[in-house]
Amino acid sequence: MELAKDISGCGIAGFINTDGERISGVDIVDAITLMKDRGNGLGAGFSAYGIYPDFKEFYALHIMYDDEHARKATEEYLERKVHIEQHGGMPTRPIKKKRPIFFVYFVQPREQSTKGESEEFRIEEADEFIFKLVMFINENIDGAFVISSGKNMGVFKGVGFPDEIANFFRVDEYKAYCWTAHNRFPTNTPGWWGGAHPFSLLGWSVVHNGEISSYGANKRYLEMYGYKCTQKTDTEVVAYLLDLLVRKHGLPMHIVAKIFAPPLWSEIEYMDEKDKELYKALRMVYGGAMLNGPFSIIVGFRGGMFGLNDRIKLRPLIVARKGSNVYMASEESAIRYIADDLDEVYMPKAGEPVIAMLTDEAYEKVYGSKERTYV
Amino acid sequence: MYEIDARGVYYRDLNENIREAIRNHHKDIVLHNVCGQYYIGCGLNDKDVKITINGVPGNDLGAFMNGPTIIVNDDAQDGIGNTMNGGKIVVYGNAGDVVAYSMRGGKIFIEKDVGYRACIHMKAYKEMNPTVVIGGCSGAFMGEYMAGGTLILLGLTRKDDKPLTGVYLATGMHGGKIFIRGGVDERLLWKEAVVVDPTKEEMKKIESEVKEFCNLFKIDYNKVMDKEFVKVVPKSTRPYGHLYIPGP
Repeated sequence: MELAKDISGCGIAGFINTDGERISGVDIVDAITLMKDRGNGLGAGFSAYGIYPDFKEFYALHIMYDDEHARKATEEYLERKVHIEQHGGMPTRPIKKKRPIFFVYFVQPREQSTKGESEEFRIEEADEFIFKLVMFINENIDGAFVISSGKNMGVFKGVGFPDEIANFFRVDEYKAYCWTAHNRFPTNTPGWWGGAHPFSLLGWSVVHNGEISSYGANKRYLEMYGYKCTQKTDTEVVAYLLDLLVRKHGLPMHIVAKIFAPPLWSEIEYMDEKDKELYKALRMVYGGAMLNGPFSIIVGFRGGMFGLNDRIKLRPLIVARKGSNVYMASEESAIRYIADDLDEVYMPKAGEPVIAMLTDEAYEKVYGSKERTYV
Repeated sequence: MYEIDARGVYYRDLNENIREAIRNHHKDIVLHNVCGQYYIGCGLNDKDVKITINGVPGNDLGAFMNGPTIIVNDDAQDGIGNTMNGGKIVVYGNAGDVVAYSMRGGKIFIEKDVGYRACIHMKAYKEMNPTVVIGGCSGAFMGEYMAGGTLILLGLTRKDDKPLTGVYLATGMHGGKIFIRGGVDERLLWKEAVVVDPTKEEMKKIESEVKEFCNLFKIDYNKVMDKEFVKVVPKSTRPYGHLYIPGP
């Protein structure tokens, strides 16, 4: 009998060029593939920011269909709801396994035909409009899932090893200023195409190593605000919580980190009065958004990337910088493989967010506007 | 000296190459271009073997190792010295989480910082008595469930905004000794441990280990010894003895 060991534990990686220079997908594929043994072939994926400069005004819907029936039903719905600037099958290479079909749609909200619909889908609240559209498709159309829905970004994911999924989606042919990647070792949820990471909504994308033990509590909390968890995987709640806390509640990212990974009560006891009040309030108001269980996550958003560990650091995360590039990964070797002579290598503390953003000039160059939004 | 180019070599093949070199009586093995290969030195027994690593070795470096010396000329990742029995690991850089996880013998010297849970469940029995010296700072949960052995934390990279170590220090500790240069905030300690002064005998042990550390990393011994050391030891050998069953 051959002795074999599964080196369990997902792998995550990501990098951003804060000057907004767009880099091909080759590096991120190399970095995540170096940690191939952290996954077991049951899921991999990538998110890429800045890949659709010609359509940067439009929401890019990456939709996964089980069959033609699901596609027809979804397209009928989309035609009723949004203006479709352009659409088509996503470029892929052959893969030797049963796989869903993938389409991309560049869309904008448009005027609804009935008064009832216009009140529900308000054209002046474009992000909220698209959010409702995504939730509707994922919940109600059988065999159709919107895997990403942000502007000038997209998610590529499926069942396979990272190099396999990258090859399938031709990730090497895209250029992005920020990439994140995931290599999956599913533990207690199924390894299906929609369950691969990143999980994404509007501009948010999340890759995650670990387990969100509070999934049930988070899911119920999110449902109160209209979020439907349909992807059968814990990480989904992180993407939706980000959307709720930042887009809807207007909280800054470093505060969101303290909601996700709050200091323990015993640590709060030693804080000065002002901090004590803040952290107690966060724990009381946002208890339902706290992430329990071990995690390290890399979040991609419009104009930036952020990494975070759980509050007692039960998963690995390394951050490094070289010039205007910021890297994050489960293992230092994955970073060193694609970038040597790093200026700085840092291991963030438990619950300590590391946030890397495009410079103001770069943001304007990429998104064509000075005013920052995160989705 | 026997050199192996590890660039692009899968970890299993690399470890097999190392074992083969040892079978062919090579004692001084140098690995170049190492990048993330797991388990280097795993289970090796030969006391005369020295493995020098150029590049970042992968997780569980020197796991179950029982004799050889490993020199890392770069940072190391998580789990170095996992359940190591004997031998020595020297890291010229930083190391990741769970350094010396369940280590049972031998020595580890780390030049700079380590991550969380250093020396978690390190243990000792009779002549098996591991020693770990950390030159920089350490993350939280240092010495968690520690059952034996010696951990020396020097904090030489400490800055105003960079703490020496973190909360939950020595949580569940029930054996062994932790020596910390420059003292430690007692609020970091969990209930099971106390801070006391080292004995004369123990100071001798600290001095000899610090000497070895300073020789390895070319650091001024007198400067390191210019601060007092404190000792963290468990209050009891069975901190959770009455957790579930009320005791007599």
